[in-house]
Amino acid sequence: MELVTPEWGLVIWTSITFLILLVLLKAFAWKPIMSAITERESSIEKALLKAEAAKEEMARLTSENEALIKQARAERDQILSDAKKVKEQMISDAKELAHREGARMIELARVEINNQKAVAMADVKNQVAVLSIQIAEKVLQGQLEDQNKQDALVAQLLKEVTL
Amino acid sequence: MTGSIAALGAGLAVIGAGIGIGQIGGKAMEGISRQPEAAGKIQTAMIIAAALVEGVALFGVIVALLGNK
Amino acid sequence: MDFSHILNSKKITLSVVLGVFLTVFTCKAFAIQEKQVPEAAVENKETSKFDPSATILEHIGDSHYFHVGGHIAFPLPVILYTDKGLEIFSSERFEEGEKAYQGKYYQYALIKDKVKAVVADGKTIDETATVIDLSITKNVASMWLSVLLLLIIFFSVASSYKKRVGKAPKGLQSLLEPVILFIRDDVALPNIGYKYHRFMPLLLTVFFFILINNLIGMVPFFPGGSNVTGNIAVTFVLAVVTLIVVNVNGNKYYWKHIFAPDVPFWLYPIMWVVELAGIISKPFALMVRLFANIMAGHVIVIALISLIFIFKTLGIAPVSIAFTLFIDVLELLVAFLQAFIFTMLMALFIGSAVEEHHH
Repeated sequence: MELVTPEWGLVIWTSITFLILLVLLKAFAWKPIMSAITERESSIEKALLKAEAAKEEMARLTSENEALIKQARAERDQILSDAKKVKEQMISDAKELAHREGARMIELARVEINNQKAVAMADVKNQVAVLSIQIAEKVLQGQLEDQNKQDALVAQLLKEVTL
Repeated sequence: MTGSIAALGAGLAVIGAGIGIGQIGGKAMEGISRQPEAAGKIQTAMIIAAALVEGVALFGVIVALLGNK
Repeated sequence: MDFSHILNSKKITLSVVLGVFLTVFTCKAFAIQEKQVPEAAVENKETSKFDPSATILEHIGDSHYFHVGGHIAFPLPVILYTDKGLEIFSSERFEEGEKAYQGKYYQYALIKDKVKAVVADGKTIDETATVIDLSITKNVASMWLSVLLLLIIFFSVASSYKKRVGKAPKGLQSLLEPVILFIRDDVALPNIGYKYHRFMPLLLTVFFFILINNLIGMVPFFPGGSNVTGNIAVTFVLAVVTLIVVNVNGNKYYWKHIFAPDVPFWLYPIMWVVELAGIISKPFALMVRLFANIMAGHVIVIALISLIFIFKTLGIAPVSIAFTLFIDVLELLVAFLQAFIFTMLMALFIGSAVEEHHH
């Protein structure tokens, strides 16, 4: 029975002690501790938010960069393809020019050859004529040693010449 | 004589509390095994429920103590 | 490990505290020791049988002496508020309950460890005198020691919070911060809601007050071992604090729930009785739970140790020690658990009183 009957002396001392403890701890311990904890938590939260924002900024910059790179790449491709086209154009132009030049030169050569051939032929004809004349002269000299034969030939030639 | 009867009373109170807390613990285990991610919440609720059951049992023990003297 | 610097910094303060505590009480300790021996011998002759329940009741009860061990004990001041005036003297005047002491107004004696006004023969209680015992008993002294420890611990923690603004906690600070955060995030916030700020100091104070008294009660040697939270007067005060805080902070929903619940009006008288009983019974349950748990722990430990003296053999000692160790470990858990439960239920009751939408 006495075990479960509170003693008033202890009740009073406990009340006084507990209230003093509560007041002292509230003023000098809980207030600074709780405010420090909340402050730190809020600063951590702020830092997290900042980190998140920085991350977003980073992502934005990255995407911008990527766009730039893409654009640059496209430009480069464009330039390259243009260059290629130009190159092909030049090659084909050059080829055509060469063709034409070649054809012209061949033509020239042919004309020259023909000319030369004509000259040579003329020369040959001349030579042949001279030779023929000389041969004819020799033959004629032999043939025309006597008067008869000369007369016969003249007659034959006259016969051959038909006017 | 009253002392022994008081002791019997305390024993009876403890049996009840034992069954109660056993049930609470068992069910809490089941709950945790079913939903391991809710273990923390179940534990807190379990401790509170166990404390309430235990409180009732301790009333019995106190009454036994009262009867002791 | 990083604990050495804590020990170093606390060593000086702790030794000062213990030093002051000891010098206050040491001066007269040895006189009692001498007187006690023959009395004990006489007792042994009279009652050759060891009475465990007397030992247990003596250990869990309050005392006007702070026992150190054997028959060494520090006398504590006796403060009496009588109908004629205040009396203050040291409990060594009783000489371990042997003698009556003639005070200014009455003659006093220790009867069953309680100070009572007695008539001339020194044995019979004087019924005419009204004496309120306000002595600094063992429990009060022990409570003051734990309060002093609490103040030292938390003032140093608070100062390290001030010193290390915005930095990670260190040492004692990092040991206690999770506990404080636990009280805030798992006890106050879910039970009370957004108004938890106002009640944090109370909840934290109650938690650490109960915890440190539970833990000091488990220390088996001086100056621990007193049964502070296992004394119904202490838990009674804590329960009354809860009662007052809950009802002072009760809002209109809380009071409407009690005085005008959603039942037919002719049931009101019954409901009032039930609800008022509920108001009283909640803190009452808190009081009894803490008291009975801690007291039961002390009783079991002493009962197990008593087994050695009951069987009068050292053979039982290993078994007894093993069981005591087991119970001690369990009590360590209970010390934390009961502090948590008390705080938790206190927060729950406060929460039900300040809740905006009832039902």
